[in-house]
Amino acid sequence: MSSLPDPRAERTLEVSGLQVSVGDHLVAVQDVSFSIGRGESVGLVGESGSGKTLTCRAVLGLLPASGAIDHGRITLGDGADEVELTALRRSAWDRVRGLRLGAVFQDPASYLNPSLTVGHQLAEQLRVKRRLSRKDAHHRSVELFAEVGLRDPDAVFHQYPHQLSGGMLQRVLIAIAVSCEPELLIADEATTALDVVIQAEILALLRRLRETHGLSLLLVTHDLAVVAETCERILVMYGGQIVESGPTEQVLRNPQHPYTQALMGVATIGDWQRRTLDVIPGQPPAAGEEMPGCRFAPRCVFASDRCTTGPVDLTDLGQDRAARCVLVEQPTAQAPTKKVSA
Amino acid sequence: MTTTHEVRSQVAVTTTGSPLLSVRGLSVSYAPPKKAASLGTGAALSEADLDVRAGEVVGIVGETGSGKTTLARATVGLVRPVAGSIGFAGEDVGSLRGRALRAFRRSGQVQLVFQDPLRSLDPDLTVADVVREPLDIARTLDRRERDERVDDSLRLVGLDPVAVRGRLPRELSGGQRQRVSIARAISTRPRLLFCDEPVSALDVSNRNLVLNLLDRLRTELGLAVIIIAHDLSSLAGIADRVAVFYRGRIVEQGPIRAVLEQPAHPYTALLAASAPSVERRADEADRLRPEQLQPAAAGRAWPSDGVCVFAQRCPFAHDACTDQPALVPVPHDTGRQAACHVAATWRDRLDHDHEQPTRESA
Repeated sequence: MSSLPDPRAERTLEVSGLQVSVGDHLVAVQDVSFSIGRGESVGLVGESGSGKTLTCRAVLGLLPASGAIDHGRITLGDGADEVELTALRRSAWDRVRGLRLGAVFQDPASYLNPSLTVGHQLAEQLRVKRRLSRKDAHHRSVELFAEVGLRDPDAVFHQYPHQLSGGMLQRVLIAIAVSCEPELLIADEATTALDVVIQAEILALLRRLRETHGLSLLLVTHDLAVVAETCERILVMYGGQIVESGPTEQVLRNPQHPYTQALMGVATIGDWQRRTLDVIPGQPPAAGEEMPGCRFAPRCVFASDRCTTGPVDLTDLGQDRAARCVLVEQPTAQAPTKKVSA
Repeated sequence: MTTTHEVRSQVAVTTTGSPLLSVRGLSVSYAPPKKAASLGTGAALSEADLDVRAGEVVGIVGETGSGKTTLARATVGLVRPVAGSIGFAGEDVGSLRGRALRAFRRSGQVQLVFQDPLRSLDPDLTVADVVREPLDIARTLDRRERDERVDDSLRLVGLDPVAVRGRLPRELSGGQRQRVSIARAISTRPRLLFCDEPVSALDVSNRNLVLNLLDRLRTELGLAVIIIAHDLSSLAGIADRVAVFYRGRIVEQGPIRAVLEQPAHPYTALLAASAPSVERRADEADRLRPEQLQPAAAGRAWPSDGVCVFAQRCPFAHDACTDQPALVPVPHDTGRQAACHVAATWRDRLDHDHEQPTRESA
């Protein structure tokens, strides 16, 4: 993002000029820059294939074997605690991942060992990373289980993953992720597989943890509504690029990029009166597909020749907002307001 | 063939004509009880009543394990009910056995569409094979007619037969794959389409594409469509009526607008309040918050038998709730049914000053 973070605020994460390629030099993420302040929650929104998951995997140092960071910097922490993540070796990662960076993913059951009790797995983390004694680790585990809203934490400690529901397992994973008091928690589609009641509870839990622990949150999701409810700032990704960013409320009230507008059209589905639902015509570009200009142009109702002649840069719109669209470059031009429908 | 408009006005009345699917007192158990009197612990569906008419889209919502899929499986004859009847076009398919049951299943009058087409479509079959398979099983058409029907079905779901016929499922996008599984389901020209979370695995734009497609098919083919979803809001733009499931029971059903805007059952209210929304700011003050609909403390210990399925999580539960209420019409509200002792009164007991969430339940 082109606007600088508030210099007074402590910075937790700074990503600048990140480019990630997968497979045979296919550029799947390009020119991604953003920062997260201490205690701030940022939502990264996009459809599948938009590069949102690769971006957060790059931050976690967990890119797939075929993926690599071509260039860009990812910096965790501020001042004396500052670590350049792209330069870390494996042994140094062990002092960052789990300790300073926590993560939860979509399918909690697949991140837990089915043959060990969930308490054992949390206590193990505390004993290895925090060097707690067996007794202290047990005690702290039960405390953490209570903190993430698990009823009867003493009993939960001795249960195996298969004995718990999906919502409870996600709470267990969150307990493990925050057990070492990380600065940043990355939640990649962490509530997608849960039913709405449990999703609302997990989002409330994340909000509470931010307040009590000063935790920063990077929430990666395809669901605009989840970001609307949870995050202070929003990053909209499309075709491997950030196409719009800014404070959530302002972006959703007055989206500047046609893709954000289209996304809002399809996301506001909870309207019983609507018989024909909006769709965005066409398909998103494949990862690494080379396009001379705006990557949304083939699907955009406002597209003109200007869009495809050359690269479109992210334009700073002031007030912490930015959009990657030729239409926003002229200060006098009205923002496109026509609704996309099909 | 009626026009879209006519179908909608029929739907609005919904009282005329006999239902295509008429489920009465349906109970299904995966661990059959020894005594006929009780349902045992494996009860997956208890005393469900549901009517679906031709040209109607009915939504089914509920959490995992609430009996949604069990109803679908019972309707297509994959599981045998313990009690109750499943009337389909005047015939009780729940009581079919042996040859008659197989003939009903193979006729393809009721078809299923599953959540994840990548897992439910055979990866080694081409699109044409996938769509033709139910026709080969039904054996009602000759070879040439089957080929024509395959192309027709693909065109109906908005795919170009020439372009996709020879492709494999993995060579299609997620939205295209789901359209292929719908083409497969409609190739036998079913009268009822049972879609089990058809859009949960799709992106928002593809989700709307598939929902619009289902809406179009019900008018073009006069289909009755049942859509299973895990949240109310994804049904809002498409379903005429909705049935809310909780722990194997239908706790509320009625026209979608009424159910969404004025839920009669506290669980429905909790579902509606929990749904995240992009456009929430305007009516923020009137909206119920999930915290208002959750019990304040750990609550009382309820007996294990006969108690209302929602009592454990209900802030309005009282002594009467030790008896499971039946699904009865909501007073002063046509077409609504709810299974709650306090359906008419719980709103008055809402704690509007409840600012701080006191607790989150696991």
